[in-house]
Amino acid sequence: MADSDGRQVDSINHSTEEDVKLQEVVQAKCEGKELTKEEKQRLRKEKKQHKKNKKDDRGPPEKEKEKEKASVLAPSKPATQSPAHKAPVPVNASASESPVAAEKPAKSKAEQRAERRARQDTERASKQGKKEGGQQSASSKPKATPNELQPVVKRLPEHIQVDDPAALKKLAKKLERQQVPLRSDYGYKVSLFSHLHQYSRKNPPTQQISIPATVIHPSIVRLGLQYSQGIIAGSNARSVALLHAFKQVIQDYSTPPNEELSRDLVNKLSPYISFLSQCRPLSASMGNAIKHIKKEISNIPSQCKEEEAKRRLQECIDSYINEKIILASEAISKYAIEKISDGDVILVYGCSSLVNHILCEAFEKQRKFRVIVVDSRPRLEGREALRRLVKKGIRCTYVLISALSYILPEVSKVFLGAHALLANGYVMSRVGTSQIALVAKAYNVPVLVCCETYKFCERVQTDSFVSNELDDPDDLIVTRNGKTHLENWQTVKSLGLLNLVYDVTPPDFVDLVITDLGMIPCTSVPVVLRVKNVDQ
Amino acid sequence: LDEYLRIREDPDVASAVAAIRSLLEFLKREQSETILGLRENMTKAIHRLEETDSSVAVSSGGELFLRFISLTSLEHPDLSQCKNVMIERGELFLKKISLSRGKVGKLCHTFIKDGAKILTHSSSRVVLKVLENAAADNKRFTVYVTESQPDSAGKLMAQKLCNLNIPVTVVLDAAVGYIMEKVDLVIVGAEGVVESGGVINKIGTYQMAVCSKAHNKPFYVVAESFKFVRLYPLNQQDVPDRFKYKADILKTVKDLNQEHPMIDYTPPSLITLLFTDLGVLTPSAVSDELIKLYL
Repeated sequence: MADSDGRQVDSINHSTEEDVKLQEVVQAKCEGKELTKEEKQRLRKEKKQHKKNKKDDRGPPEKEKEKEKASVLAPSKPATQSPAHKAPVPVNASASESPVAAEKPAKSKAEQRAERRARQDTERASKQGKKEGGQQSASSKPKATPNELQPVVKRLPEHIQVDDPAALKKLAKKLERQQVPLRSDYGYKVSLFSHLHQYSRKNPPTQQISIPATVIHPSIVRLGLQYSQGIIAGSNARSVALLHAFKQVIQDYSTPPNEELSRDLVNKLSPYISFLSQCRPLSASMGNAIKHIKKEISNIPSQCKEEEAKRRLQECIDSYINEKIILASEAISKYAIEKISDGDVILVYGCSSLVNHILCEAFEKQRKFRVIVVDSRPRLEGREALRRLVKKGIRCTYVLISALSYILPEVSKVFLGAHALLANGYVMSRVGTSQIALVAKAYNVPVLVCCETYKFCERVQTDSFVSNELDDPDDLIVTRNGKTHLENWQTVKSLGLLNLVYDVTPPDFVDLVITDLGMIPCTSVPVVLRVKNVDQ
Repeated sequence: LDEYLRIREDPDVASAVAAIRSLLEFLKREQSETILGLRENMTKAIHRLEETDSSVAVSSGGELFLRFISLTSLEHPDLSQCKNVMIERGELFLKKISLSRGKVGKLCHTFIKDGAKILTHSSSRVVLKVLENAAADNKRFTVYVTESQPDSAGKLMAQKLCNLNIPVTVVLDAAVGYIMEKVDLVIVGAEGVVESGGVINKIGTYQMAVCSKAHNKPFYVVAESFKFVRLYPLNQQDVPDRFKYKADILKTVKDLNQEHPMIDYTPPSLITLLFTDLGVLTPSAVSDELIKLYL
């Protein structure tokens, strides 16, 4: 039978310890043990199936119940479940139909759990035993079709599905299992952006964590708080802080007995990452860094001693920071300085650590230029950039973004930093960047974007709505004079405050992208991604 | 060096090819002991060539040649063996690029339809080859050539086309806007193809491109692959001076503002397609090819 064959495949494919874990989870419902992603997914799926089939015919579940009764009687070890299933299935399948129809009692908890387990197994079987095709029994067909649909549909990232209650519930359950506090949204959200989270800075996520936190490492808690309060801002700074915190985590980590470092450490990192994304949604650069670390961890050979492995991981993190961030900025400055000629008037927006570095280097190399710093509310990051440049001795002018078309005729080049570069050539950066690129294009001023390659991401986006970040709307309340007319904005039903963080700039407005690999046109980003993947 | 000047006399050979051939001769004759010395000598030779004839093609050809021969894993302990390997590769490279013009011609002539009116700028051997192929294919078309001052290269081109029995008219550089409504397509050669997908060509190409964009006529560029160069100009000012003016002028004249540049830069947004021996490319694909070549 297809089921038994599938299960055979299962017992070969899955290690026994994972099956043991599955059973434990199913039997002790909300124990909060850590599970792998597959198991959670499977659990969620079969719970959905369970609800769906409650409305469907009773026949199939009861057949399963019969199967499970036989297995429950048998010893609970999963290895023996397979032969136990093999025997009762052909026997009971036909015999159980008629007598079962008579009994429709309220199912006991054990039976429900058993049903769920069996359904899970059939799903696994139907997914993996697809070659055995036609052998599938009629009962597994209604379950098989929704299964086959599910792997085809790609799942959207959770942070952009806030208006979907099912996704929210899933997220809440996942966080509960990981013992990560769930942050609630604050205030009225503008309808176009209702699919994004909007948090208030006054309610940090750490309020709900008990001290001492058992699941989340204290350096991660500190990092999360720094993110949510805006103490660490800017994609390079955030990535570097994240990697340092991970170094600390690895330092304090000790492998529990009967566990492998490579698998367990990755599992340990998942609740940290959920926690950090609750504090502030992860940036593309952070995502790439995490992917890299996870890959390194899982590549650690199992016979490696713990001390050795930890040392190796720390070295790997250090080299990542050094190569992708520090040395990359050196290489980018080298290329960018070729593009700065004497007498240039350079426009910069906001505070990008990379652009500031380039300008400081160029100034040291005795290039004669002056800088116009454009700034915007409510973050007013340009002031920080202004401070750094003036300290170096560079001649600067400071304007707000509303004066952009006034000063642009004087400008010879525009230098912009980027938060991420998307696979279709779009540049994702601080809100206001696309406005600057648009106006610069209209005045025929070349726009140069500086971005390290580790910020390149595989995502594709054509507008700023689908995936963005909403900052605390209370930031918009305070004006220059300190008067707060909007203090009671929550009481006015028709008023919404929108504080966007990012926007996307199309590649036609960008003339040149300077990366550590060299100068490339904006349309060549997917080529670089492809070359990088081939290297790795 | 004399070798180079001698080869240059041959009108059918592109300056870059001549440069590469002379570099090969140099390689055969030079006497250095170490690989580093060899490389240094080669770079010096390339600089000397650039000084005599400052064109983009020479610099790109030289750089590509150097890359091509030194890309081999030079594990041979014996220097003379190494040199032989390099010379072999050099010959191979030379052979490949001599064939490239033919390849481009074959690719492009299918885009010329019967009864077409073509506009071209100044004198380019590649465009000539393309038109030759099209004529051999029994297609009827007329050609308008701009005079292309200050060296009147357009007249030379017209002469050559006449010899091929193609009806040709010479127009003033200033008449490009006037003639644009009559033509069906514009084909120009290139001295260099830059990383952004734009081209560097004889002065006057840029305005022809702008005009053709305004009239919605396709603007085609034909170039061999050895003309790809690692420059990325943002605008006309950004093209380095050593390419804009002839080498002897650079050495003698102090105030360059009085001189007229010989080349200009056409940005990729104005170019429809590029025909190269690597295939028919869009301007954004040029960067793709360059990344493959250089990375």
